[in-house]
Amino acid sequence: MSKRVGLEASHAAAEAARMADVDFIAAYPITPQTHIPERLAEMVADGELDAAYVPVESEHSALSACLGAAAVGARTFTATAGPGLEYMHNVVYVASAMRLPVVMTIANRALSAPLSIWGDHSDAMSVRDTGWIQVFCQNSQEAFDMTLWAFRVGEDSKILLPVMVHFDGFHLTHVTEPVILPEQEEVDRFLPPFHYPFALDPDKPMTLGAFAPPDIYSEAKMAQEVATRKSRAVVLQGFQEFGDIFGRYYHPVEPYKTEGASTLLLTMGSFGETAKTVIDTKKDKGESVGLINLRLWRPFPFQELRQAVKGAKTLVVFDRCISFGGPGGPVASEIKSALYDEKERPRAVSFIGGLGGRDMSAEDFEYVIDRGQEIAEKGSEELFETVGIRGEVTGIRG
Amino acid sequence: MTEKFIKFGKNLVTTEEFLAEGHSFCTGCGEALAVRLACKALGRNVIIANATGCIEVCTSPLPVTSWRVPWIHTLFENVAATASGVEAGLRILIKKGRMPERDIKCVAVAGDGGTSDIGIQALSGAFERNHDFLYLCFDNEAYMNTGIQRSSATPYGASTTTAPAGKLSIGQTTWKKNLPEIAVAHNIPYVATACPSYPFDLMNKVKKGAEVKGPAYVHIFSPCPTGWRHASDMAIELGRLAVETGIFPLYEVENGRYKLNVDRPKLKPVEEYLKPQGRFRHLLDQEIAKIQEHVNEEYAKLRAKVTCSAS
Amino acid sequence: MAAKRLKTGSDFTWQDMEVGNVVTEPGSGALRRTGDWRSQRPILDKEKCNKCGLCWLYCPDAAIKPLEDGYYEIDLFHCKGCGICAKSCPKDAITMIEEEEK
Repeated sequence: MSKRVGLEASHAAAEAARMADVDFIAAYPITPQTHIPERLAEMVADGELDAAYVPVESEHSALSACLGAAAVGARTFTATAGPGLEYMHNVVYVASAMRLPVVMTIANRALSAPLSIWGDHSDAMSVRDTGWIQVFCQNSQEAFDMTLWAFRVGEDSKILLPVMVHFDGFHLTHVTEPVILPEQEEVDRFLPPFHYPFALDPDKPMTLGAFAPPDIYSEAKMAQEVATRKSRAVVLQGFQEFGDIFGRYYHPVEPYKTEGASTLLLTMGSFGETAKTVIDTKKDKGESVGLINLRLWRPFPFQELRQAVKGAKTLVVFDRCISFGGPGGPVASEIKSALYDEKERPRAVSFIGGLGGRDMSAEDFEYVIDRGQEIAEKGSEELFETVGIRGEVTGIRG
Repeated sequence: MTEKFIKFGKNLVTTEEFLAEGHSFCTGCGEALAVRLACKALGRNVIIANATGCIEVCTSPLPVTSWRVPWIHTLFENVAATASGVEAGLRILIKKGRMPERDIKCVAVAGDGGTSDIGIQALSGAFERNHDFLYLCFDNEAYMNTGIQRSSATPYGASTTTAPAGKLSIGQTTWKKNLPEIAVAHNIPYVATACPSYPFDLMNKVKKGAEVKGPAYVHIFSPCPTGWRHASDMAIELGRLAVETGIFPLYEVENGRYKLNVDRPKLKPVEEYLKPQGRFRHLLDQEIAKIQEHVNEEYAKLRAKVTCSAS
Repeated sequence: MAAKRLKTGSDFTWQDMEVGNVVTEPGSGALRRTGDWRSQRPILDKEKCNKCGLCWLYCPDAAIKPLEDGYYEIDLFHCKGCGICAKSCPKDAITMIEEEEK
């Protein structure tokens, strides 16, 4: 019988790793991820989880150790946040290019400087191009579910790619929410054992990580790109299988009351749940609004996004990160790019807020939607709008 | 297929070449020989984690490989961490019954750059966590593969491209970082220095390090004709001179107890070692004297450690 | 060795790449003809050789092969001509001569 408990997203993710019977954990503590390695260490110390727990001396070593473990066929897990993700940046590219499945949960945190331990999406945005499969969570249940799903998809022999599961630092990692935990038997049905086809083995000596002269590097990278795109099929299959066994169906793009809506708000992560309350309030007042939760970040769900925005006049995209001197909101720029070639597309308006732990209230989202509609009608000189940032921002377009 | 051996006195050396011929190490490379010999000592039941550097580049150009043992390269700065993952990963898989009990040794291979500089954090961490692995540092005393740039293992007075000898400089102005002593300071069970000019000593130490339960470190002197600017047939002779002058003493530290493997009542003058190398050609007598003094001091300290750790 | 051809990067389309660029064939690099590097080559005088094996032991390129009769032969496909074998030979049985002009 599945049970309903109160868990922080951190503890939910740790619990998912435990139920997945992870073999190898190497992690370095960094706020606000700390509850994840702490809970896992506790589980190992108490014999609830039989895993190698390696308290590495940095995040760079955390992911490096995970690569070594995955290469011998161990189911591996790590977690980090913000600057920790940056410290392992070099290794992040290697993980995906070497096709070593590692599941990494990220407690999304702002990047220095100035130092901020609080949440935003700048860490996630810094790894857009790294070739990992990436999903975002809105609540603790999803943190649990997506972590479990990540093992299933990344380790699939047709995929063999590492997976990042993003959830908001503090807003999710340190907030207790109801989580339905499945039966171990259900997890075992969902998640087959891991078998790495190129496992380092003296009986079958192989070379992993050879270098590429110019006459072969391009082919190596193209092969990786194609594999990353093709992972889509198993990504979707994973969502389907998850739903079939656990009863919760996830999708790359999740529309919320968008039928017939002329103004849509697109969010990623937990702030979307606050925004949904605003959608409900506005709909009660007869406003034509809806919300899109972007769950699958990589491989980017072009099809589903284009489908989800069909017929809308305005698409307000909310970013929790600034891409300095560039497109402003990174998600907004990707959305605009995804819609560029569509014959009919909504007017996209970029909003940036929620940086470094700055909270977004329902009123803030009301403002975002209203102002977004205003801009869509009247136009604007600005590259992006801000919400909750004191001081007017004008003349930002280069 | 029965394994064949060649006998050298009491020493049996396998004819198997776990590092295949046709690699692209420079002509006369001391490091290539050191790796070849180390592989013979290790045998086939190993997994090698290799840092970026001469060894990695000369042996793994896609689409082919020189390795006849399982081998993984990830990055330059993290071989001790990658090796930690291999080692602990194997251990847990065997413990959980996902893999049959097997005798596989995890060996980390790196140059002086990947050990002494960019890789030292990972090295220290792996030692402290007590992983059961052997770390082999092949020391050619600079970042050779990228073009002879200085490392913290570059000896005093050597000219490299980023610390070149010039009108205002003698080249390297700092003394070589003492990596074996750093390893000893981590209280690991086995630390040793080795040199391919003493092949049986090298192979015995690699084997010993591999048999240790826990971390082991062997620091291997690797003459580099290209970077040190010496004749292509001189690697063996230079290695001998390095030991005989006290520049690179051969010793072991087993659970804190020091032992000098090769000693002589009077060391040869360092000049004999420095002279055949273009990287030291610019040194004046006063600099050579300074080096001699430093070697004398360090060697005396080493002898003292042998004495005091014997009790 | 004659039957196999050394694979080079230009033989590969992206579809030919192994997953993760893993090289599954151990020692496939042995097909590289590093003997082309030579500017001098070793000549072994069997008369002087005492089968001590030091040349084989000290060759950085594993380019000296042990024979059934206990003698050794130079593998000219791989030998880079460094001269370490000549220098190590206690019987001066190996001499380095200029590589022939092709």
